[in-house]
Amino acid sequence: MKLATKLRVAVLMGAVGLVETLCQTGAIARFTMIPPSEMASSLWRLLYAGKLQTDMTRTLLAVCAALTAAIVVGFVAGAVVHAIPRVRRTIDPLLSAYYSVPVFVFYPMFIVLFGLNDIPKIIIGFLYAVAAMTINTLNGLDRVAPVLLKTARVFRMGRAATGFRVVLPAAAPYLFTGVKLAVAYSFIGVVGSEFILSSGGLGYQIGFAYHNFDNRTMYALILFILGLVMIVNMSLHAWEKMLMARRGYQ
Amino acid sequence: MSDAHVALKGVTRVYQRAGQEPLEALGPIDLDLSAGEFFAVVGPSGCGKSTLLDVIAGLSQASAGTVSIEGKPVRGVVPESVGVVFQDDASFPWLTVEDNIAFGLNRQGMDAAETNRRVAQALALMGLNDFARAYPAQLSGGMRQRVCIARTLVLQPRLILLDEPFGALDQQTRLLMGDELLNLWRKTGATILLITHALDEAAMLSDRVGVMSARPGRFLEIVETGWPRGRDSTIVASPDFGRVTGRLWSLLRAESLKAMQYQTGAARP
Ligand SMILES: Nc1ncnc2c1ncn2[C@@H]1O[C@H](COP(=O)(O)OP(=O)(O)OP(=O)(O)O)[C@@H](O)[C@H]1O
Ligand SMILES: [Mg+2]
Repeated sequence: MKLATKLRVAVLMGAVGLVETLCQTGAIARFTMIPPSEMASSLWRLLYAGKLQTDMTRTLLAVCAALTAAIVVGFVAGAVVHAIPRVRRTIDPLLSAYYSVPVFVFYPMFIVLFGLNDIPKIIIGFLYAVAAMTINTLNGLDRVAPVLLKTARVFRMGRAATGFRVVLPAAAPYLFTGVKLAVAYSFIGVVGSEFILSSGGLGYQIGFAYHNFDNRTMYALILFILGLVMIVNMSLHAWEKMLMARRGYQ
Repeated sequence: MSDAHVALKGVTRVYQRAGQEPLEALGPIDLDLSAGEFFAVVGPSGCGKSTLLDVIAGLSQASAGTVSIEGKPVRGVVPESVGVVFQDDASFPWLTVEDNIAFGLNRQGMDAAETNRRVAQALALMGLNDFARAYPAQLSGGMRQRVCIARTLVLQPRLILLDEPFGALDQQTRLLMGDELLNLWRKTGATILLITHALDEAAMLSDRVGVMSARPGRFLEIVETGWPRGRDSTIVASPDFGRVTGRLWSLLRAESLKAMQYQTGAARP
C-alpha cells in the first residue's frame, strides 16, 4: 500500500473512531446520532432481512436510466455543438452558468407533468448529469491535437474513420471524466429527488425514517448510500487507471 | 506542364484571421523538384516552412498559384504517393509503437504477413526494436518522432515531406539518422523534401538547399551542393562542406535577424 493510501485510511479510521467515542460517552446525544458501530449492525440487519432490496433496485434503476440518457445526450450534444462554431459561441456561456441553476426547483413541475412515479426523479438525475457530459465532451474534442487530424488526412481517412479511429480515442480520457462526473451527479439528482418527494427508493426511505425519528434505520441507510457511492467511484477510478496503464501512463 | 515530380508556380498562402488583418505567410514560390531529388529547406523561424509543406501536401489550399505532383494538380486531398512527417508529435498515444507504424498499412488493407515484414524492417531501421510493444507515453520525444517517420516510410511513398524530423534528437543521433535517411533515399529512389533548422544537416543531406526569406517566405536562393549520390555524413569533413554551409549562413544571417526583430516586436514588416 502506498503511503498516501495508508494515511487516507488512517484519517478515515481516526474520524470514525472519534465519532464512535463521542457517541458512546454521550457527548453526542443518541437522538442526534447513533454510534457508527450501531449504524453498521443496523444496516446488516436490514440487508439480512432483505428489506432494502426493493428500494435499492428502484434507486439504481432510476440512476442507470438517468445516467445512460445523460451520457448519450451529453455526448451527442457535445459533438454537435463542437461541429458548429456559431452554436458553440451561443451555448458556451450557458453551459458554464449551468450549475448555478438549482435544478431541484423544477422537481414539483415534473411531478405535476408526469405524476408521482419514477420519471420526475430520472429527469432531475439526467439534468444534473447531462451538462457535465456535454462540457467534458467539448473539452475532449477541443484537445484533439490538430496534427492528429492532419495525420488522418494524410492517411486519406473519411469523416467516419477519422471520428472513430482518431478523434474518439484521442478524446477518450476527457469523455471518461465526463462519465465519472455524470455518475456522481445522477446519483445526487435521483436520491435527492426521492428524499424530497417520491413513492419509494433509498432517498425516500431515509426521509421516511427521519420523519419517524427512526435514527437506526436512517443512519443505516445513509451509511449504505455512502458505501455504495464509494464502491462505484473506486471501481471507476480503478477502471480509469487500467485504461491509462494500457496507454503506458503510470 | 513540366515533367517535374513536384511543381509550384506562383504559390502563396494567406491566413485569414477573425478580427485581424490577413497574415501573408508564404510566397510567391516557384519551385520544381525533379524525381528522386533530395531537397532541403532552411529559413528563419516562422517564415512559412511548415505552411509550404502543408500546401504541397494538399493539407492547406494555396491562396494563389498552383501545386502539382506527378503532373496532377493538388487540391484539398493528399495524393496517395505522398508521405508526411510533421513537426509536432503525431504518434497515436492509444496505440503501441508497432500498431502506430502499421496504422497506414492497415488502412490500406495490406495483408498481415507483408505488414509484419515492413513493420519489423522499419522498427530495426529506426532503432526501435526494443520498444515495439511500448506506448508513445513511454518514449522520449525523439523516439516518438522516429515512430512517426517509420509510420510514413512503411507506406513507401514516392514523395516524402519531412518537417524538422530530427529536431528532438541530439547531434550525434541526427548525423546517424541522416545517414539512414540517405540510405533509404538511395534504395527507394523517393523524392525528399526536408525542412530543417540545422544548416549542416541541410548541407550534408541534400542535392539542393532552398534558403527562405523571413515571412512571407520566398526562396532567396537555391544552393546546389554538388554531392555525389553515394554520400554520407563523413562529407562534413570536406572543404566543400564548409563552403556550402558558409554560403547558407551568409544568406540567412540578415533574414534571421529580421525574423528575430519581428518576434521581439522591435520592427514590423
Ligand atoms: N493556421 C494558421 N492561422 C494563422 N496563422 C498561421 C497559421 N499557421 C501558421 N500561421 C502563421 O504563419 C506564419 C508561418 O508559420 P509556419 O508554421 O509555416 O512557419 P515555420 O517556418 O514552419 O516556423 P517554425 O520555424 O517555427 O517551424 C507564422 O507567423 C505563423 O504564426
Ligand atoms: Mg514549422
